[in-house]
Amino acid sequence: MIQYFAIALMLVGVYGLLTQKNVIKLIVSLNIFEVGLNVFIISVGYVSGGIAPILTSQNNTSALLYVDPLPQALVLTSIVIGVGVTALALAFARRLHNQYGTYNLDEMEGE
Amino acid sequence: MKQAVSIVLVLLLGAFIFTALYFADSSPLQFKPYGDADLSGRVSQGYVDKNVTADAASEEPAAVVYGETKNAETGSANIVTSVVVNYRSFDTLGEVTVLFVAALGVGLLLSGKRRRQEAAFQPSFILKHGVRIVLGIMVIFGVYLFTHGHLTPGGGFSGGSIIAAAVLLLYVSDNAFKAKVKAFKIAEGVAGSLYVVAGLLGLALGGYFLYNFLPTGVVGDLLSAGIVPIVYILIGLKVGSEISGVIAGFATEEEAL
Repeated sequence: MIQYFAIALMLVGVYGLLTQKNVIKLIVSLNIFEVGLNVFIISVGYVSGGIAPILTSQNNTSALLYVDPLPQALVLTSIVIGVGVTALALAFARRLHNQYGTYNLDEMEGE
Repeated sequence: MKQAVSIVLVLLLGAFIFTALYFADSSPLQFKPYGDADLSGRVSQGYVDKNVTADAASEEPAAVVYGETKNAETGSANIVTSVVVNYRSFDTLGEVTVLFVAALGVGLLLSGKRRRQEAAFQPSFILKHGVRIVLGIMVIFGVYLFTHGHLTPGGGFSGGSIIAAAVLLLYVSDNAFKAKVKAFKIAEGVAGSLYVVAGLLGLALGGYFLYNFLPTGVVGDLLSAGIVPIVYILIGLKVGSEISGVIAGFATEEEAL
């Protein structure tokens, strides 16, 4: 079930990217897309009844049923990349606002 | 009109993803429904058993036991950390580089003679003094997260982000505060270089880049897992100073000419 929600969230992000004119809203759409994708990748590794892949003094042996650690590691990477992309995009947005005085793409006049 | 076209396009894309995932023919590579993932057919089982490099067909690996197993392939109790900083450490080096380039780009775009941005609001008494109480706890918690990254949930990236959040709180609570951006740049450069040096040491001592050349110890001890905690501390310092630098860039504006 959660995978359908993740796919729906991705589609909401794509819709936002296609229709929005405001630069900040475009960046927010990109983030929604990314969150949907991350949830989807995590859900691929889920095993019914599995526990988090960390050995502790309670769950102390690798013979227990764990969820897949590999998608989690990949999503950790993906989140960090997302932070970098968002920061860079926001810096661009601020430069655009300094130059044109607006965040709306239609109102920006070429030189 | 544009919205209608977008909705049609998005629904088509959704139908395509859905059918490709859930109604494709049943080949061995077919996508498993939610919850039906089978680890024994995946490389991940090797990560859980800490038995990736051994020949899988030759022997059934002995179970790794917390607090007992010695000198495992990688000694970290957090299996995700063992993937991120040990098996796929080169990947993480690239990821840290991407973050570095992004922070560099932000620094370039928001460069020039900087002064603190005009105050949008005056911080209240509660904000000012609450931040003073919370700040030390936040920094200590961030350091705890990245020093225990190989044992508990968390790690360099989350610990570094918490330290950067402490810097953000400093900016919010004091309109005159300006961080020393140069110190952040030096810290991030030194931490990043030391990560590469650790990789080159592995190359010299073990034969391949980022080889875990220290003894891995007992699974679950603080001093275990070889170079994993060292690398995660470096990543934590690097990420913390990088994101703090980005925050400092956004909190200042160009001096009016």
